[in-house]
Amino acid sequence: MTLLLTRRPPLRPRIRTGAGVQRVMLLTGLVLTGLFLLTALLGPLLAPHGYAQLTDSQGLFGTQQHPSGGHPLGTTIAGYDVLSRTIWGARTALLIIVAALLLSVVPGTVLGLVSGYLGGRPDRLLVGLADALYAFPPLLLAIVMSIVISGGRSSLTGGLGAAACSVAVSFVPQYFRVVRAEVIRVKAEPFVDAARVIGTGPWRIMTRHVLRNSVRTLPLIFTINASESILTLAGLGFLGFGIEPNSAAEWGYDLNRAVADVTAGIWWTAVPPGLGIVLTVLGTTLLSESLTDLADPRLRKRGTTPLLPADGGADDE
Amino acid sequence: MSDLLRIEELHVGFATDAGPVPAVRGVSLSVAPGEVLALVGESGSGKTVTARSVLGLLPDTATVRGRVLIGDGTREPDENVLDASPARLRALRGTHAAMVFQEPSATLNPVFTIGWQLTEGLRAHGRGGSKAERRSLAVEWLAKVGIPDPATRVDHYPHQLSGGQKQRAVIAMALALGSRLIVADEPTTALDVTVQAEILELLHRCRTDFGTAVLLITHNMGVVADLADRVAVMHAGEVVEQAPVRDLFAAPTHSYTRELLSAVPDFGTGRRTMSLTADDGTRPVVSARALTVDHPGRLGRKAFRAVDAVTFDIRRGEILGLVGESGSGKTTIGRAIAGLTPVTGGQLEVFGAPLSRRRKTAGRIGYVFQDPATSFDPLLTIGDSIAEPLVAHGRDLGAKAIRARVESLLEAVHLPRTHADRYPHELSGGQRQRAGLARALALRPRLLIADEPTSALDVSVQAKVLDLFGELQRELGFAALFVSHDLAVVEQVAHRVVVLHRGRIVEEGATGQVLGDPQDDYTRRLVAALPVPDPVRQARRRQPPVQEGVAGV
Amino acid sequence: MSTPTQETTGAVGTPADGAAGHGFARYLVVRFLLIFPTVLILVSLVFFLMRLTGDPISAAFGDRLTPDQLHAKLHQAGYDRPLLSQYLDYLRSLATGDFGRTVTDNQPVTHVLTTYGSATVELAFYALLVALAVGVPLGMVAASHRDRAPDAALRLFAILTYATPVFFVGLLLKLVFAIWLGWLPSSGRAGTAVQLFLQNQTSTTGVYLIDALRSGDATAVADVVRHAVLPGLALGLLVAGVLLRLVRTNLIGTLSADYVDAARSRGVAPLRLLTHHATRPALIPVVTVLGLQVAGLLGGAVLTETTFEWKGLGYELAHYLTTRDFPAVQGIVALFAVVVAVTNFLVDVVAALIDPRVRY
Repeated sequence: MTLLLTRRPPLRPRIRTGAGVQRVMLLTGLVLTGLFLLTALLGPLLAPHGYAQLTDSQGLFGTQQHPSGGHPLGTTIAGYDVLSRTIWGARTALLIIVAALLLSVVPGTVLGLVSGYLGGRPDRLLVGLADALYAFPPLLLAIVMSIVISGGRSSLTGGLGAAACSVAVSFVPQYFRVVRAEVIRVKAEPFVDAARVIGTGPWRIMTRHVLRNSVRTLPLIFTINASESILTLAGLGFLGFGIEPNSAAEWGYDLNRAVADVTAGIWWTAVPPGLGIVLTVLGTTLLSESLTDLADPRLRKRGTTPLLPADGGADDE
Repeated sequence: MSDLLRIEELHVGFATDAGPVPAVRGVSLSVAPGEVLALVGESGSGKTVTARSVLGLLPDTATVRGRVLIGDGTREPDENVLDASPARLRALRGTHAAMVFQEPSATLNPVFTIGWQLTEGLRAHGRGGSKAERRSLAVEWLAKVGIPDPATRVDHYPHQLSGGQKQRAVIAMALALGSRLIVADEPTTALDVTVQAEILELLHRCRTDFGTAVLLITHNMGVVADLADRVAVMHAGEVVEQAPVRDLFAAPTHSYTRELLSAVPDFGTGRRTMSLTADDGTRPVVSARALTVDHPGRLGRKAFRAVDAVTFDIRRGEILGLVGESGSGKTTIGRAIAGLTPVTGGQLEVFGAPLSRRRKTAGRIGYVFQDPATSFDPLLTIGDSIAEPLVAHGRDLGAKAIRARVESLLEAVHLPRTHADRYPHELSGGQRQRAGLARALALRPRLLIADEPTSALDVSVQAKVLDLFGELQRELGFAALFVSHDLAVVEQVAHRVVVLHRGRIVEEGATGQVLGDPQDDYTRRLVAALPVPDPVRQARRRQPPVQEGVAGV
Repeated sequence: MSTPTQETTGAVGTPADGAAGHGFARYLVVRFLLIFPTVLILVSLVFFLMRLTGDPISAAFGDRLTPDQLHAKLHQAGYDRPLLSQYLDYLRSLATGDFGRTVTDNQPVTHVLTTYGSATVELAFYALLVALAVGVPLGMVAASHRDRAPDAALRLFAILTYATPVFFVGLLLKLVFAIWLGWLPSSGRAGTAVQLFLQNQTSTTGVYLIDALRSGDATAVADVVRHAVLPGLALGLLVAGVLLRLVRTNLIGTLSADYVDAARSRGVAPLRLLTHHATRPALIPVVTVLGLQVAGLLGGAVLTETTFEWKGLGYELAHYLTTRDFPAVQGIVALFAVVVAVTNFLVDVVAALIDPRVRY
């Protein structure tokens, strides 16, 4: 108690300046994301059983078994080991993040850059398209895409590919919008005019000046994208459009199977995969929040900016 | 009578990531009833922080020492704003001292009517009786500050008012609470010079008609000469000199004050004589005939005609000053010549070639931008930015030769060679603008376009950059288009002047002639509106005073 | 313009320079007309994407019919005609309000809409109620306590609502409040008896709460409300988190605006600065971005309805998905496209109405 009391005063002003909150958020985000990555990469070593394993040396696991020594988190209605499937699920989540990033960042960025810089009719057309897609529920787009790609029946690659493409369809417009908005902002900066006046060609301006100044916000979107891709895959899985249980472990699918269990009061099949999603998304989101804070000049140089004009001040020499 | 405001040994510091930074260091001031005290200084001198401390408007990160006493003028000021309770502070705000800010558009809430915002102050202090009574009070005050048709205007939103009217409304809000002291923080800086003249006139009237004292924060010595009774000069957080206005201008005692005053371009003196003969018969560098530029409207709206059938020449080796207020189209003309804005109609020949053959002239025009902070790519070093034109034009130079050229350019603008490796944010405003000149001159252009090159700079920095500009021009002999809103600056540098008003040329001729003996009505108004930095001459220029209400909007 | 906009609407940014009154009328018309290309783009995209997978008949019955039967069925439905003429026909029927027929139970998609739409509307209404009641005040608290403990806690809360999938929230709520505590029903829109009672009313709206209120039966109202709590909370919290963050960000922006400083300098009290001077200008971007949340709300509704067996459009969509009835899916998706486009239009109009710079 005394320890707590003596510790409090120095902590409070820190939190008040914002730096403390920011640091805690960043740290928590890093730890959670690190744990997630470790789980995903070391999954086969950590998990007591395979994701599609129904039996071991003692025979069948049995269905809906209570948590016990052999199955710390019990078994599902289909007779899988919940702990193992939850651990294996991290791998699937990591795969979907990587696939979705690859499929959406590059096209979104390139389209945004070229369209925003060149402008004109093609730009307006793309903006219309992107806006229409942006306003549409990503989950519905994902459903349509997964019907297109796999007809709704999924192996690991098919299901992952479908989910990744679905996520990409709703993310390409987002990258496009963000990059384009940045490009249009940067394009109006005098330093781009300065390059134009001296006769620099459009491609050189785009790559040397505009692109480099327009991608500062991208790390932020990466993290949002990562969260969204997990949530979208889980949503698809929850609607029964995910990955078949014998191809891979997927948290959304397991939750779908757990709906009936919950009504019967069985908690251990729903909570672990759900927590898997929550903690993973929490980690990436905390990371992205602290990134936003870091990028926010108002937070970075609190107090000095509003009153002391940053520029025009002290003379040279 | 006793003072309304007395600041004693005020110290203000700000907590930053890098530790505490002092902004104000031991300032003592006082303002008597009906007096105008001007607090002048350059950016970072601490004048705004001092002003805001009067109303307790400093942010949480500020640490404050000293006393800021305010009173009602009948007895010695005895209330210390700095240790007043929040409730007491609220009661003092607006009633004992009211504030007028720099940017009227930002100071007015865009989604509430002028009348609502005016009555908010009355409501906060429980003044003005019922809602209807407060409203009629609002109408009354809007009328008093010279807003035409106040009964209608009271229901208007800020964006429906002109800049000058907005500032009048802000002043009305300050006056309506009956405060005897107005703290005006750069009240005319964001305004055009003719509007500035109206607002200065209104501030004069605040004193004569309402007996209000003014603590005027400004960097503009012309405004000081026009309005102030006494002047306090701030530098690096300290008041270096305080004196009655005429004494200060006539015999400044502190070296900083002397330096500051000598840097201010004094309009109407030192008029440049024509250094070029009228027309030497050679082909002009730029020749515009009925040049017209439209800005396309948004969403099917009508296009806006920014430049309307303008005809002028820029001759070889001449500096042509292009002056006008905001919206006059002066910047657009510069951008059109540089090929940054498409031309709608008329002819524009640059180096004797029509505009369509644009590509060939690229690189033969240098351009200096208004804001040195944004005209450099933040991710490139200054050296790389200056080398850009050399690289872009594929002049067969090796990396070494380019580096040498960059260094000699830096030397030409009086910057150390080592600055080539610095990033833009590591340079001061003045240094950046010098680097901007170096970049513009990298390809030895025959034409330089300078768009308000000094308006983002402090006056002492401005003087040095202008000197450098003139020196380089004499040395290299390039022709220049010098775009500016500041008649005093243009008078200093330009051989000839073109005056623009709403996209049209109203007057054109030799600098001395146009600015010394203007023929056109608008030019005359422009010249008359400019306050000169000399209280004696400015008092004479004030007769007859600008007519209230006539020039409004 | 000092109101910070976190994200602006895509199609039409609010015109900053308001002209005269007719400018607003023109804005309304242009913004209204923009609904059509938006819907067209989405509907066409969905149409062509779905056809990439082949025809819907084979998808639904492929493994149950002989090739001949299949072919006859295909011909009968017109799926063997050129794609372009199918597309034009599809657009033509959409224009007349015909969203196609389901394959599995052969009923018009519009019938699905009229039967189940009201349930989704009801759920969305509860969710919005929760979102507004939770998000706006908490956002104001967070903004006015910026970077202090309440703000940190509320930010964490907002992040948590985002990080937790709506169906997991639903399952947890169900587990705790319906199963373990037994306070509330676990699924459905009403108890069986009440449901029958409501359906037998003379004129029904399909919105159970209204129907129950009109019947004047207190037990029915109570039953409907009890059923609404958990689904409304699950979906509402999802939107509440977004709203909280939006309100917080925009209020922080307007609270540091010059005009708030100016009002403070005239002695206006802090609470009034927050509730009047800062809130109204912050509202414009909040409303605009909230409009974009309609998309998230609809997606969330699909999942929430599935979790709670709330028989609305989303529940039906999931049902048709599992039976592989793709025309039905396509129809419902197209319908959602129209709903999204129209709500976004309405939201932009509301935002414009709050903003005098557009109105005048």
